[in-house]
Amino acid sequence: MSMIFGVPFAVLSGQLLIGIINGAFYALLSLGLAVIFGLLKIINFAHGAMYMLGAMVTVIMFDALGVNYWVALFLAPLTVGVFGVLIEYFLLRRIAGQDHIYSLLLTFGVALLIQGVLTNIYGVSGLRYAMPDMFKGGMNLGFMFLPYYRAWVIVVALLVCFGTWFMIEKTKLGSYLRAGTEDSQLMQGFGINVPLLVSLTYGFGVMLAAFAGVLAAPIYSVTPVMGSNLLIVVFAVVVIGGMGSIGGAILTGIAMGVIEGLTKTYYPQAASAVIFLVMVVVLMFRPSGLFGKEA
Amino acid sequence: MNQPVTQTDIQKAILEQQSAENRKKLMVNGVLLLLLLAAPFAMYPVFLMKILCFALFAVAFNLLFGFTGLLSFGHAAFLASGGYTTGYLLTNYSGLTTEMGIIAGTAVATLLGLGFALLSIRRQGIYFAMVTLALSQLVFFFFVQSEFTGGEDGMHGIPRGELLGFINLDDNLNMYYFVLAVFIACYLLVQRIVNSPYGQVLKAIKQNEPRAVSLGYNVDRYKTLAFVISAALAGLAGSMKSVVFQLASLNDAHWHMSGEVILMTLVGGMGTLLGPVVGATFVVNVEYQLSQGPLRDWVDPILGGIFIITVLAFRSGIVGEIQKFMKKNLG
Repeated sequence: MSMIFGVPFAVLSGQLLIGIINGAFYALLSLGLAVIFGLLKIINFAHGAMYMLGAMVTVIMFDALGVNYWVALFLAPLTVGVFGVLIEYFLLRRIAGQDHIYSLLLTFGVALLIQGVLTNIYGVSGLRYAMPDMFKGGMNLGFMFLPYYRAWVIVVALLVCFGTWFMIEKTKLGSYLRAGTEDSQLMQGFGINVPLLVSLTYGFGVMLAAFAGVLAAPIYSVTPVMGSNLLIVVFAVVVIGGMGSIGGAILTGIAMGVIEGLTKTYYPQAASAVIFLVMVVVLMFRPSGLFGKEA
Repeated sequence: MNQPVTQTDIQKAILEQQSAENRKKLMVNGVLLLLLLAAPFAMYPVFLMKILCFALFAVAFNLLFGFTGLLSFGHAAFLASGGYTTGYLLTNYSGLTTEMGIIAGTAVATLLGLGFALLSIRRQGIYFAMVTLALSQLVFFFFVQSEFTGGEDGMHGIPRGELLGFINLDDNLNMYYFVLAVFIACYLLVQRIVNSPYGQVLKAIKQNEPRAVSLGYNVDRYKTLAFVISAALAGLAGSMKSVVFQLASLNDAHWHMSGEVILMTLVGGMGTLLGPVVGATFVVNVEYQLSQGPLRDWVDPILGGIFIITVLAFRSGIVGEIQKFMKKNLG
């Protein structure tokens, strides 16, 4: 067995795989945060709760109605997205134009509320969600074992990330979005319904989180608090990438997952802290993040 | 006869009005002080001490957020580092008097605050909040993995010891008056800071930082000092809390605690002196009352609801809204 810096190659590649998977989740979640912050200037502290809702809705829909994984993959994000639109319409809209800090505080309250209510109903011990049959097993790559489901998560997460990036940066809809948030009055004048656009953007960002939640349901334990600590990590990722930078969020997300995986292999004690360490270091040299524009 | 009003007359009138206001303020403060002194005979002293500790924590936070405009999302780190340091010293060195342990805890929090400030003070707005959050997460992970903190279980059985070597703090009444004295001293200190020329500069920075820079103030230095004072007072609150409850736990280091102190300040009224005190009293009471009743499990969602309502409906907080109301209706 070949060793790399004293660690067997199989162990290293295993950790790397886990790192890439976690990175895919970080990328999806931080992408949603970056969309919401970059376009709407809302600091969405409820993002972790939305991720959790995605997973919870998947499990609940399966238990109550027998909704299968493939349907849930669309239905759960849609449900959570509609919920997000309602939150934007009834709450966030009222503090538009105020200091960004208030959106942070408001969504923090929303997260506490959602998480608390679900904890009371379902407890913190976690729900089980069975892996869809077709994903059972995996393939042997010779140097490591790759479970099918993990491969699927990586592929689909990357596709969704790329699609979102493409839509916002390269299409006409994306340019409306960016323009609408840059100068809403002008866009109103052109006959674009900016408030609707804002609601839908928030809903879309939240959908990305919920989509990550559905992907997470078969591999992580589904609990009302699953988003709470992840949220802080994802915020660190977004800040490292540069708040609001769509591409930055994706690339940093995957990179941070890998760095975390490597740390776990070589110095496990620091694994949960390493991302915050990176963040502090990055911000010392590049105050607006790796891919952010100078403020 | 129409005598011209002279300059001195106006000055005299202003001075008289001021001294009348001061007298009124003094009376209100006197009544409050009497109430605080008598309170442990009407209520459970440990509960009152809990309120005082959190009130001090919130006052410390508000100096930074309310008066300087810096939202730190990492103040739990100072509360916890003060608490753990004091707890560790008092548990392991029996020769140490309680106030020495508390001073040591405060000193550690102060140093940590200086470190935080040096790394974060140049960042603006949300970046500042996120850097402080990240740093406090690092502190959290340090406490999780250190042996001396007792990990998830926390640090138990911290002896209260004796104040100055002869006042027995195991007596709740003695302990209460000690905590009260420290609290009032800190409150007056913050009041003094806010009303000093230094405090005026802080307010100027909050309102318009570029202008403060253009006026020639070394803004970073002012902000750093405010951050360090705030961290020191937060550490002091944590140190006292660990002595009062004879317990230091990871709860104090978790980022939720940083969120809770924001809630206290916001609900009470940020940028007012009394606001954080009122807010801490309110939040601690809500948590306590709920935990006694049938709504025991609903504390978190209810706090979340309070957060939402405060941000949406009364951003000035309880004290701020009362002040606004008084100004509008009572001249």
